[in-house]
Amino acid sequence: MTWIPVTDSEREEMLGTIGVNSVEDLFAAVPEALRMRGWDMPPGLSEMALRAHMDALAARNKTDLSCFLGGGYYDHFIPAAVDALSGRSEFFTAYTPYQPECAQGTLQSIYEYQSAVCRLAGMECANASLYDGGTAMFEAATMACRATCRTRVVVDGSVNPVWRRMLLTHCAKLELDIVDGADPEGAACVIVQNPSFLGTVRDFADLGERCRAAGALFVVVFNPVSLGMLKTPGAMGADIAVAEGQSLGLPLGFGGPYLGILAARKKLIRKMPGRIVGETLDAQGRRGFVLTLQAREQHIRREKANSNICSNQALCALRALMYLCLMGPEGLRQTAQACHSKAEYLKSRIAAFAPVLNDGPTFHEFAVRLPRPAETVCAELLGRGFLAGLPLAAVGAGEAGDLLVAVTEKRTRAELDAYADALKEVCCGTDL
Amino acid sequence: MELIYEKSRSGRRAVALEPLDVPEAELNSELCRPAAAPLPEVSELDVVRHFTLLSQRNYGVDSQFYPLGSCTMKYNPKVSELVAAHPGFATLHPHLSSAKVYEPVCQGALELVFETERMLAEIGGMQAGCLQPMAGAHGELAGVLLIAAYHRDKGNTHKRTILIPDSAHGTNPASAAMAGFEVREIPSTPAGVMDFDKLVEALDDTVAGVMMTCPNTHGLFEPQVHEVAERAHAVDALLYYDGANLNAIVGKCRPGDLGFDVMHFNLHKTFATPHGMGGPGSGAIAVGERLLPYLPGPRVVKSADGYTLETIPKSMGRMAAFFGNFLIAVRAYAFLRYYGGDGLPSVADNAVLNANYMFARLRGAYQAAFEGTCMHECLLSAVRQADKGIHALDIAKALLDRGFHAPTIYFPLTVKECLMIEPTETESKETMDLFCDAMLEIAQLVDVDPDSLHAAPVTLPVSRLDEVRAAKDLNCACLA
Amino acid sequence: MNPESLRYTMDHEWVGEQNGLCVVGITDYAQEQLGDVTYVELPKVGQRLKRGEEAAVVESVKAASDVYAPLSGEVAEINEQVENETDLVNRDPYGRGWFFKLSNYDSAEYAELMTYTAYRAFCQGR
Repeated sequence: MTWIPVTDSEREEMLGTIGVNSVEDLFAAVPEALRMRGWDMPPGLSEMALRAHMDALAARNKTDLSCFLGGGYYDHFIPAAVDALSGRSEFFTAYTPYQPECAQGTLQSIYEYQSAVCRLAGMECANASLYDGGTAMFEAATMACRATCRTRVVVDGSVNPVWRRMLLTHCAKLELDIVDGADPEGAACVIVQNPSFLGTVRDFADLGERCRAAGALFVVVFNPVSLGMLKTPGAMGADIAVAEGQSLGLPLGFGGPYLGILAARKKLIRKMPGRIVGETLDAQGRRGFVLTLQAREQHIRREKANSNICSNQALCALRALMYLCLMGPEGLRQTAQACHSKAEYLKSRIAAFAPVLNDGPTFHEFAVRLPRPAETVCAELLGRGFLAGLPLAAVGAGEAGDLLVAVTEKRTRAELDAYADALKEVCCGTDL
Repeated sequence: MELIYEKSRSGRRAVALEPLDVPEAELNSELCRPAAAPLPEVSELDVVRHFTLLSQRNYGVDSQFYPLGSCTMKYNPKVSELVAAHPGFATLHPHLSSAKVYEPVCQGALELVFETERMLAEIGGMQAGCLQPMAGAHGELAGVLLIAAYHRDKGNTHKRTILIPDSAHGTNPASAAMAGFEVREIPSTPAGVMDFDKLVEALDDTVAGVMMTCPNTHGLFEPQVHEVAERAHAVDALLYYDGANLNAIVGKCRPGDLGFDVMHFNLHKTFATPHGMGGPGSGAIAVGERLLPYLPGPRVVKSADGYTLETIPKSMGRMAAFFGNFLIAVRAYAFLRYYGGDGLPSVADNAVLNANYMFARLRGAYQAAFEGTCMHECLLSAVRQADKGIHALDIAKALLDRGFHAPTIYFPLTVKECLMIEPTETESKETMDLFCDAMLEIAQLVDVDPDSLHAAPVTLPVSRLDEVRAAKDLNCACLA
Repeated sequence: MNPESLRYTMDHEWVGEQNGLCVVGITDYAQEQLGDVTYVELPKVGQRLKRGEEAAVVESVKAASDVYAPLSGEVAEINEQVENETDLVNRDPYGRGWFFKLSNYDSAEYAELMTYTAYRAFCQGR
């Protein structure tokens, strides 16, 4: 095996140093009766054969489609420098910075990431990352329960239905009362999403006020790219802000790895889950960074920890930071503006033949009701080279004809026109 | 080093975007932020140089020996990186798995999920695998929630406790508590294994499950693991296998055969996917017969028409929106196919060989935490050095100066002044020898020049950092 | 306060009677085990505590520890100063580093606590 360097003579020498006759002797503690008797595993492959096999598997995925599929995960432009820099093995082959002196690259980048999240979302502190948007929302809910000593979690209809399902799964045995709506009375928190799962943009500042009055925390799920343009969770009075960070320079990757973003007001920092990096000085007075407030975490507090999280998504957070640095304030604003403008253009074209379901302005995604089942329409549009969108019935968020359409800055006007034409033709016949 | 924010110059740009090819649309200003986000304004070269310099302030497996116990810092093969970056996987939209209509365009990905889950189940001696959990701790949570789903379905309302040995990773009790269970700790014997009598005593009718790590965090195989399973099952308590230490036994014995009902794999440990400065990893799980009906869904199944998705009626729900950290699974799949069933046992063989070799070389100068042979990691205790004023922390810092990452220190909590060394199978004898030489040299310095050890590290960009200051004068973001 | 006149728990809290109230803090041994204290969280004034109930939290960089009510009673006063100057716990554990004071406590419970001599023996046994 090429990844195992030991030679036969070295093995003999090592066994001699240990004082045993064979490697098998080292497994004496494993009872004979429990040893493996064989298994159904494929034989090993050479690197050449492996690559051919992987190419063949990848070829059975169709990736040359024009993408209008969103639903919380978006096909955004990723600058080349993100891959080049995050692909440096000094980053990706390191682990959690337990020895800060030899991990300043990791620690400073996480500190800068935490800062970027705060600046983007208008919040005061952020953790080093959670797994993804859905688990970040779950952590925000339990964090709110810890902070308020209350047990009711109120989930607004704007929230991603898959994440809502994840919340229920993670809380299945906790004595929490998870209810739909937006009534803050007696609640630990109210969770809203902006833009909503269907793409609608609102100003939730009033609800933020009502939460404060009722002693409930206000949790806002945001789309990071939309904040190039939209009012921040902080400005709406959010106590906790969470997001799926995929749109910040992470490939779609069929579901992950993604990035769970969690930010909060500073007074809540000790209730926050996950790692936090803080600035400090070394013995010579030089600036340096360390993991801090670790007494909240599982390796110290065990069953009393704020969360069980250990491994997080640090490399994804690094990519998000790099993306935000490369975009800068103006680049992010332009990206958000392009997404919005292109989506508005397409929405107005589609609205001419299918009703738009959103009850307010939208950002870069909107829902339409088609005269035919959305899955059928999507199947036909696949044949024309389009990923037409998300059939909402498939995620329990609409009727058979409802389709969620997303537009990013990557779609050209020609693609928008071709898509609108094709959709109209499939929905309304060839009688253009 | 300066922060990227301190390098910002008003008006500087890194990325030029396409000019807008549709009319610019406006949103009501009340819905918008009044000013652009205060992100750094820097050039592409500024960004490249900043992060290149930052990367050079890190130790990683590609540049340093990284014997961080319990973390299995083995070499991350380049071919795994290459295949995970394939656009055929990397650009695939996750919602392709949400609607039937899209199944035909992601058959390769669905096959990879199916085959990876199948191979994991086979390696675990289990019935089925599931890629959803996104890290080891998330896998533990999934496993404990599966145990909860089992008891709920059986009407076992009195089952509210999980038993966990005191040597367990902190994530075990944290996961059990996070799921909503009470945690009861089982002590270790002086020999370093779980106290079987104490376990039997604690194993009453309220016990829902027992979480074990095998070999445990003392680097020892739990000799009575099979009896534990029998006793637990006798009171309808299920057995959880923490796969953190699977590298010691992969292909040698299987948790399912040992009697475990559910386990997680750390794909970033055993199957060599990179640790990414702390993540992403993957905490895929596998279950035996008892928990099969409750697995997270939907599941990929193989049919005559290809791979398709199926919901499970009694499913516990969803741990992830899709198939967890899929691109990590792609890397692990490549690793598994590279070694194959014939090659995998050599991973455990050589991981255990290497750990015992280092143990043999070091157990004279440092006290062995436990006697006998170890599995894939060896535990030393710096108590003799601590008596002379040099603690495990000082030894760790001295190793950094000598170009090595430090072992895990002060874990497990059951061993005083613990140094936990895990070389993995991918390290050569000469690398381990250099490390052992450094450890022996440090042991000598304890007597002749202890001050140099207190001062370490002196060769890195920063010396020891003031953690008390960091916690007291909390500064965890550079705000605009 | 003079450590010799105080009472102690196995969780390393000390208790002293003063003007009809019970003053509670953590012992010198406890602060030494923790190292530099970076955070103290105290109960609320007016809170009713049962013996053994979690009353406060004390954290250092590497450890966290719950402070349990050594006896039942009502929180009459808390030491707000120690929340801001956590090093008082290290510098003056039996004096300015006190945590909270209990009223309406049970004298019988007080009598059950370890004496100074018993506590010293307890610590040496560890």
